Amino acid sequence: MSRTTVPAAIASLALAVGLGVASLVAASTAEAAGTLRIAMTASDIPLPNGQTDQGAEGLRFMGFQAFEALVGYNLSSPDEAAKLVPGLATTWSVDPADPTRWTFKLRPGVTFHDGSAFDADAVVWNFAKLLDTTAPQYDEKQAAQGRSRIPTVASVKAIDPMTVEIVTKSPDALLPWQIAFIVMSSPAQWEKVGKNWGEFLKAPSGTGPFRVTAYVPRERAEMVPFAGYWDKKRVSTLDKLVLMPVPDPSARVAALRSGQVDWIEAPPPDALASLKGAGFKITSNVYPHVWPWHFSMLEGSPWTDIRVRKAANLAIDREGMKELLGGMMVSAKGMVPTSSPWFGKPTFEVKTDVAAAKKLMAEAGISKEKPITVKAIVSPSGSGQMQPMLMNELIQQNLAEIGINVEFDVRDWNALLANWRAGAKDASTAGATSTNSSYFSQDPFTALMRHVDSRLVAPKGTNWGHLADPKIDATIDEIRNSFDEAKQLAALRKLHEIYVDEALFLFVAHDVAPRAMSAKVQGFVQPQNWYVDLTSISMKP
Amino acid sequence: MYGYVAKRILHAIPIALAVSLVCFLLVHMAPGDPLTLVLPADATQAMIDTTKAKYGLDLPLPLQYLLWLWGVVGGDFGTSISTGRPVATEILGAIGYSLSLAALAAVIGFALGITLGAIAGYTAGTLLDRMVSAIAVSGVSVPQYWLGIVLVVIFSVDLGWLPAMGAGEGGVLARLHHMILPAVTLAAMPAGIVTRSVRALVAEILARDFVTALRAKGLGRRAILLHVARNVAPTALAVMGVQLGYLMAGSILVETVFSWPGTGLLLNTAILQRDIPLLQGTILVLALFFVGLNLVVDILQPLVDPRMKRT
Repeated sequence: MSRTTVPAAIASLALAVGLGVASLVAASTAEAAGTLRIAMTASDIPLPNGQTDQGAEGLRFMGFQAFEALVGYNLSSPDEAAKLVPGLATTWSVDPADPTRWTFKLRPGVTFHDGSAFDADAVVWNFAKLLDTTAPQYDEKQAAQGRSRIPTVASVKAIDPMTVEIVTKSPDALLPWQIAFIVMSSPAQWEKVGKNWGEFLKAPSGTGPFRVTAYVPRERAEMVPFAGYWDKKRVSTLDKLVLMPVPDPSARVAALRSGQVDWIEAPPPDALASLKGAGFKITSNVYPHVWPWHFSMLEGSPWTDIRVRKAANLAIDREGMKELLGGMMVSAKGMVPTSSPWFGKPTFEVKTDVAAAKKLMAEAGISKEKPITVKAIVSPSGSGQMQPMLMNELIQQNLAEIGINVEFDVRDWNALLANWRAGAKDASTAGATSTNSSYFSQDPFTALMRHVDSRLVAPKGTNWGHLADPKIDATIDEIRNSFDEAKQLAALRKLHEIYVDEALFLFVAHDVAPRAMSAKVQGFVQPQNWYVDLTSISMKP
Repeated sequence: MYGYVAKRILHAIPIALAVSLVCFLLVHMAPGDPLTLVLPADATQAMIDTTKAKYGLDLPLPLQYLLWLWGVVGGDFGTSISTGRPVATEILGAIGYSLSLAALAAVIGFALGITLGAIAGYTAGTLLDRMVSAIAVSGVSVPQYWLGIVLVVIFSVDLGWLPAMGAGEGGVLARLHHMILPAVTLAAMPAGIVTRSVRALVAEILARDFVTALRAKGLGRRAILLHVARNVAPTALAVMGVQLGYLMAGSILVETVFSWPGTGLLLNTAILQRDIPLLQGTILVLALFFVGLNLVVDILQPLVDPRMKRT
């Protein structure tokens, strides 16, 4: 190459590289202006089969967007706990003469995304998909997700095209709460794709406000608004909804900041200030989640003494903890947030009062000078666990002040869960007297009943601490048998009051589900719930 | 030559078996119950027992190993507990992404490494050599996740040139566009290692008597470099073979930082979800890839090094 051609060659190369980069940049930004792209924390796209996987996030972004249940949630208000509302059923009632017999009247004029009609036969077919192992449409994967939600359902039958009867094994006044988890897939579409759930994933069909148009496992799912949605007020104006699994928190933040997504779930607390500073919106709200210490009530556990339980609850500096978490928590005053209708009016107030805590400990013969030692099972991370080590270390410091020395038994999240299933009496507990698993408390059973029912002692159920109290069992039975809404609510409040007054757990924090989104995302309301309504969202050009 | 190849292949078989046993045992020694993933929190003991039996987790460990190995030999790696999809399908889907990422990273890393190493070796002891060596040490020492995040901040967040994560959709252009940052991040370490190795080799060979003899014979610089290259090639090839293996098996951090849907991300997901069939299948495939790659390098070496052919 002669000398004179070198600059020309460099210029040509630079031009080629420039054009290449320009075309690549153009290739990556070719999305319609009304597209909402969400980066989830899940490591895979939730299965678009109906009763989706990936936990609450799966239901939030797939299960309740492309599909629906007979009973829904009112997700339009940020100010109160989301209440049950009619979904694919317009009304439901229980037979006064036989409280195991429920009638659900279905919503007329509803169609699946494939155009087939939603009717009573479709409902019966969907329950068989989860419960009847001999039914051709029985799907093990969906059954694993949905079956345990409806343990009391004995039979489901169509009375007429718009009426379904559900019979329970025993009276179960909480059935509507449980039915709200069971979503409907299209029987016609399943037939059309060769009666194969694997094929159904490629062309899913539900009745939800969004229709799945593309599903690439581990990469993305695309949805468009369903023009034929039955609730015309909730037909989305978005062009497209894109879901992406981005399990790494830093990658989610980078994706948002670079404009590759518009919305990220769970930004890390230390990124919130910089995101806000860069013009991103941070939304949060309390929701049915609690971060407690679950006490062992077995003989020998110091937590069997109510004075020690109350003192521990009074010793925790929750405001300090909130500061540590960048404001992203609500101090727990019980098992459910104070805004929950189930909170009631407990007489014991969960707050920080170290002097009162020390007094109670002195009554129990314990002080900083004459301390006791407890072993606590904790995990370094895990779903819903927030910042467990940071929070537990603060608790350790606080409890030391009142004479409780805490030794941590740090376990991997799955190992902690395995012990949680096995219960405090299991050998794997290895002398620990508490475990630190955060809890989903969306419905009365998961929020309050399962942890304290003596008939659900682990490993049979999830009463890890082996708590057995006839008064509590009687209240639980009262809830199950109260078909009158007001009476049921009163019984739920009574149960929660027992929780707080007896300081059954160490009540620490409620998560606030932080999300970060670009300024283009308009109209989002963050409800006090695990699920969200995406139909109210529009994208500012 | 054929005897040498056959011997190498025979050596690889017990290594592969040992690898499969270690994979299996390590995965089963880890704490946690894989069934927490598929079973609801309040699953009954009967449900837990049925599911355990379904995945064969109720059988004695040696039997589980033999059944798994038998399946693997027949191409059946089992079913992922988390997705219900065949593990082989999951790995096949991911391995293409990892291979393409590793290939681009190898091209970048090896090209840079050979070029910089040759320059440094040729100019050993000069300022240029010291500068190149410093760059090489940085490449080896910089943590990949840190470098990845820094590159994302510069090229995705600040300049907006390249995507921060994902594999993109559409044609080759979009895929390549998404691959640049993870490939550069992944290439940093092999680039550094190859640079250092090639530098040392070039410097050492240049000091040998036969090079002096070649110079004395009046050979030109280009011809001498060709002789040096032929002498450097066998060792450099071995180093690059090992590095290629690391690029495939060691991409877990880079793939996680960039949400690149390859085997690294698959492995990360499998670990977090305690998805035993997916975990042991992915580890085994990556380990066997490593074994296979070493085998290929062992076979290739005599082709570039006539001295080995004679032995």
